[in-house]
Amino acid sequence: MFREITIGQYYPADSLLHRLDPRVKLFFTLFYMIGIFVADNIFAFSLLTVGLFSAVKLSKVPFGYMVKGLQAIILLLIIAGAFNMFLTPGQTLATVGPLTITDVGLKNAGLMTARMIYLIIGTSLMTLTTTPNRLTDGLETSLGPLQKLNVPVHEIALMMSIALRFIPILVEETDKIMKAQMARGADFETKGLVRKAKAMVPLLVPLFVSAFRRASDLAMAMEARCYHGGEGRTKMKPLHYSKEDRVAYLLILLFFAGVVVLRILF
Amino acid sequence: MNIIDARKLVHEYFRRDEEGNVEGVSVALDGVDLKVKAGQFISVLGHNGSGKSTLAKHINALLTPSDGTIYVDGKNTAEPENTYDIRQTAGMVFQNPDNQIIASIVEEDVGFGPENMGVPTDEIWERVENALKSVQMWKYRTHSPNRLSGGQKQRVAIAGVMAMQPKCIILDEPTAMLDPDGRKEVIRVAHELNQKKNITVILITHYMEEVVDSDYVYVMDKGKIVMEGVPRDIFSRVDELKSHRMDVPQITLLAHELKRSGVPVPEGILHRKELINVLNS
Repeated sequence: MFREITIGQYYPADSLLHRLDPRVKLFFTLFYMIGIFVADNIFAFSLLTVGLFSAVKLSKVPFGYMVKGLQAIILLLIIAGAFNMFLTPGQTLATVGPLTITDVGLKNAGLMTARMIYLIIGTSLMTLTTTPNRLTDGLETSLGPLQKLNVPVHEIALMMSIALRFIPILVEETDKIMKAQMARGADFETKGLVRKAKAMVPLLVPLFVSAFRRASDLAMAMEARCYHGGEGRTKMKPLHYSKEDRVAYLLILLFFAGVVVLRILF
Repeated sequence: MNIIDARKLVHEYFRRDEEGNVEGVSVALDGVDLKVKAGQFISVLGHNGSGKSTLAKHINALLTPSDGTIYVDGKNTAEPENTYDIRQTAGMVFQNPDNQIIASIVEEDVGFGPENMGVPTDEIWERVENALKSVQMWKYRTHSPNRLSGGQKQRVAIAGVMAMQPKCIILDEPTAMLDPDGRKEVIRVAHELNQKKNITVILITHYMEEVVDSDYVYVMDKGKIVMEGVPRDIFSRVDELKSHRMDVPQITLLAHELKRSGVPVPEGILHRKELINVLNS
């Protein structure tokens, strides 16, 4: 059940998107997210779609792989869509039993579903094409000015990259613990929310214990390799903007401006 | 000069109650003397709780002595300003391969140590390349550590230490979580680094098979060094080893039992071929 989650995973490939500076991709993600919420009509969404699909195409990440990330939120999408569709007041279009579909509801439901899907695909595009280390490097450099306000930027960036590195390990461990508990008669298949929650206890306790043990081991291993915070650290892969990055910045700004213009016009 | 020189090393762990008052003291190291010459391959044997891992952490300045002193390359580990020099001189590889790899890409993990030391970018790349080649993992440089086998992960961890250009590597039970193939791989790499790059290796383990090719062996029990000598000498004292709860390699044990039942076999047989030759003649 956990193996299908592709959000936050890196997909190794050699593409233009993989080569782009992580700061450019962060910038893209930020403006793309704003764009999704600015867009409220079919024209703006068409532009978003064109932008997103050309980015996906450039990334060389198989589209099917990316869509897998959506599986995790299908239920959420259906529920949220249904609520929007049936419970928004407006002009009635159709009645199904006690439920009425309104025109505003239908529009809201469609808009919200589209936004969620675009959000997931767009943001996972960034993590799929950027190694966690590059991503955190990008964050660290972009947020560098905050260091002056005593925000521990380096530490946050490092924490993120370690968290990402340990996701697959902990997923595997969860699987193992689950099987071990099932072999001893634990029941993870029972229906019902309370029972399901109760069944999680023998899974979560050993998982937390082991996560803490790993954390302590890792801290020691980092210390043994001379880790002493961000001070005086050099970079193996320092960030330099290339020509491609500058062009990408320009395209992103044009793209965002396009979305805004389309919203205002229609 | 000795690269590692421990004199009467004592380490005490304090057990504390919930309010932080000391309830009791357990002595993990009890007057350990250890002298290692540069370029040697040393093994420290001991069963669980013998204090061997505590000793390893002292050599890397992760722990400081409760009493006694330890010098690594002439530097006292108790002086805080020496800490990073010592960690650079004496790199450490731990037991669990997953819990010591920091980055999600092999080469980035190997670069972690040099990055911390403030090595310039170009030199980091050079060091990473050399380190990965020395453990034969260069072709995996862009892989994710999660897809490697246990033995390969441990070799990456060794490369991560090698990139810091240490004089000495401490391997703290590096094979405890590996399958037999991975175990052989790691021990072979350790010997290669010792011979080709003249790195001092301190192998801490409880598998006796792994120490047969060492230059010198220490056996620890209850925080003390109870036996020391060249492997052949140590392995000929089968009964003494057993009294320290060590498992003697099968072939040595077989030779020992044969001798006891009257077959003229010398003590301290280390390899199967040796025994076959002795029995044939």
